[in-house]
Amino acid sequence: MSTHTEHQAQQGPEPLDVNDPRLSRFDVVQEGARRDDIEIVHYEPQVAPGSKAERRLTRTVALMFLLTGAFATAFLVVYIWWPWQWEPGAGGDKLYTPLLGVTLGLALLGVGFGILTWGKKLLPKEVSIQDRHDQVDNPEDRKITGETMLYLADEMGVRRRPLLGISLLAGLAPVGAVAAAPLIGGLIEQPHKNNQMFTTGFHPAEGGRKIRLIREDGRPIRPADVSVGGQLTVFPGIDGGVSNLHADSPTLLIHLREDDAQKSRAANERKGHGDYMWGNYVAYSKICTHAGCPASLYEQQTNRLLCPCHQSQFLITDNAKPIFGPANRPLPQLPIEVDEEGFFVAKSDYTETIGPDFWERP
Amino acid sequence: MKRRKFDAAALPAKSARAVDDRFQVATPLRKLLNKVFPDHWSFLLGEIALFSFVVLLLTGVFLTFFFEPAMTEVIYNGSYAPLRGTPMSAAYASSLDISFDVRGGLIMRQMHHWSALLFMAAIVVHMLRVFFTGAFRKPRETNWIIGSLLFWVGFLAGFTGYSLPDDGLSGTGLRIASAIILSIPVIGSWVSSSIFGGEFPGTIIISRFFIAHVLLIPGLLVALISVHLGLVFKQKHTQWPGPGRTNSNVVGERMFPRYALKQGGFFMVVFGVIALMGGLFQINPIWLFGPYEAWVVSAASQPDWYVMFLDGSTRLMPGWEISIPIGDGYVIPPLFWPTVVLPGILVGLSTMYPFLEARRLKDYKHHNLLQRPRDVPARTAVGAMAVTFYIVLTLSGANDVIADKFQISLNAMTWAGRIGLLILPPIAYYVTYRLCLGLQQHDREVLAHGVETGIIKRLPDGRFVEVHQPLTSADGHDGHPPALDYVGWVVPKKMNRLGALGPAIRGFFYPIEKPAEAPVSPGHPPVEARPEREEIGSGESRR
Repeated sequence: MSTHTEHQAQQGPEPLDVNDPRLSRFDVVQEGARRDDIEIVHYEPQVAPGSKAERRLTRTVALMFLLTGAFATAFLVVYIWWPWQWEPGAGGDKLYTPLLGVTLGLALLGVGFGILTWGKKLLPKEVSIQDRHDQVDNPEDRKITGETMLYLADEMGVRRRPLLGISLLAGLAPVGAVAAAPLIGGLIEQPHKNNQMFTTGFHPAEGGRKIRLIREDGRPIRPADVSVGGQLTVFPGIDGGVSNLHADSPTLLIHLREDDAQKSRAANERKGHGDYMWGNYVAYSKICTHAGCPASLYEQQTNRLLCPCHQSQFLITDNAKPIFGPANRPLPQLPIEVDEEGFFVAKSDYTETIGPDFWERP
Repeated sequence: MKRRKFDAAALPAKSARAVDDRFQVATPLRKLLNKVFPDHWSFLLGEIALFSFVVLLLTGVFLTFFFEPAMTEVIYNGSYAPLRGTPMSAAYASSLDISFDVRGGLIMRQMHHWSALLFMAAIVVHMLRVFFTGAFRKPRETNWIIGSLLFWVGFLAGFTGYSLPDDGLSGTGLRIASAIILSIPVIGSWVSSSIFGGEFPGTIIISRFFIAHVLLIPGLLVALISVHLGLVFKQKHTQWPGPGRTNSNVVGERMFPRYALKQGGFFMVVFGVIALMGGLFQINPIWLFGPYEAWVVSAASQPDWYVMFLDGSTRLMPGWEISIPIGDGYVIPPLFWPTVVLPGILVGLSTMYPFLEARRLKDYKHHNLLQRPRDVPARTAVGAMAVTFYIVLTLSGANDVIADKFQISLNAMTWAGRIGLLILPPIAYYVTYRLCLGLQQHDREVLAHGVETGIIKRLPDGRFVEVHQPLTSADGHDGHPPALDYVGWVVPKKMNRLGALGPAIRGFFYPIEKPAEAPVSPGHPPVEARPEREEIGSGESRR
């Protein structure tokens, strides 16, 4: 079918003379469409010119445009004069953004629906048919272009003078590497600098001074500060210990009830961590071994610690072993004791790797 | 010299001639004005994505004027009293300033976020449309690949943007992202420390994400979208089968004026809806989350919706670690499978689907006509399977909220997700396949026997039969009308569709027009085959 119309379009009855004064403008439009292989097969005004329906639709569209103007003005009025600075309580400033949204939204909807109505209801309906021409139009052209490209290669003499191509490739390859080098070289960062992936802020300072456990506000902690069954997030008592600089250091200090503490101690012994607890106190890393979120929801009755990101659950009385969810590794335990001044300190750094797993974690 | 007199009426023609003299635009412009587009509501879904992308660019540029992409620690001193005096990053402080101290900044931020969500949603729905109607088949495989890449690049754009405010929630998201990177075997820790400039969180990630979010990714998006649209334009849009529509023509409207007007109006409507959402519906109230602190997170921390399926897969994955006992020992963490391998498979499968299907069906022809989903049960069922898989993952991404709101055990929700992920997709495949076959059969029945009228007739021998209205008046060989062929388009199934009741009279208080004639086919003007040239009159119906 496609070739047939092609034939017709090129050699059929000769094209209309568009300069013929007897032609209407639509005739010219239609002739133009024909020259693009488009046939307008159905063209029908939706409303008769001057009809009641037309006037009604015109009024509707005009009303929408005018509403747009009104709402846009309202937007400006609100923007300029409405109190917008944040105040405590439920003041008028809380309405500032909603009012902007309503006025702007309605203004845009007005112009949008106005244009849509104009296009959909007032303009003539039409059905046009255009040929796709998505088959190969002319196999000869394909052949010619192919030959031309092959001839290009011939002219360059790639076949006859292979040395040129090889030497060019050999010359350009390092240039590519030159482009990549500063990017990769600048970005690349040794992950094990200062053994950072295996140490935390609790690593004893120079001279073996043990690091204190502190609260968020920086105060050290006495055993009496944590009530039975209670828990407290603690940090290393060093510079920047309570900051994201030591994002792997936050630790949960838990004061277990007597029977839970016994269970926990027994579990510790089984693992060879016999001296990690101090009294009935245990300290476990708060950084989930799954994806690094803080495992911060402690269920006192069951002694489970839940990570709210992916719901890994750790049983504190059993070396914080994962008992449900996607985590595969227990939370590392911080060995703790109380120093001569009566404050909690870390006996040593964590003995296992903190946070999410990675390839070279032993 | 009368020529010097200024003739305003001739000005447009004169300047048009002047332009054409210099640039020879008349012929290409005519082709553009005349280009024919087929019309169907489902073709507008991709436009929503395009339009929300425009809104994203507009609002995004505004936000860059006020955002400070730095992790320098500052003390907040803006007008939001509850956080005053809190140490936080400059990025978070400037995001708060956009929300509270820049006039109209909050609505811009919220419009930006909503249009991002809408952008991703429109991409997904548009992709489903393209998939279920077979619009991805030859010659449009390239555009299908670009489309699926657009989803993933949009995903990256969304994630980097979500991370920029450096609030409590986005910092947790970044933490998880770093854990995902760490989980990659062999190179994980190197990649992570290279991206974050050291150990998480470092001090540079926000500025790196910023340049990616405002330059690199949008640049890539603009490039992909341009090629996507260019190919739609060059290859011409697909169309539904119907009277006069063939594989080698396009039946529709010329681009100008009606089609273009409708597009322009639709853009304004999408823009308006985003403005309404940005003003009325609060989204990402970062001031409630506080600055990011590595030790703080609350329950029900969910990512944006398009990330939830990955969150869900992460939650469902059992803690299966693979240890490799060489030297000090190496591990492949369980996190690797649902967050790196699964998306990899999804990207591969989705981009390759057109080729897989063509290969299986040995179908290498051009296809410009769409298929109704029921006519290709295998593809539709595969699609239903994929959608089910996705929905189970997405729901699992919110399983803690579901467990909380509906008082279900959290562990039961996780197990339901694990089991559901394995058995629901095959069930969806089977059910969809049967549904498609049933619908096909019903189409054939109506074509053979006609539409059910609801009129029961009692025969002389006492039997009751329902009267069917045949779809053709032609006579068959044995008194029955001949069975019609199925042509891949809607078969009328109700008498109303045949004009049995007549159309309703329009008008609110009074009729504004005479009752129209009953339409011949559902919702479409009658189209006949391409006629000879001489038959066409101007401005008149051919009926």
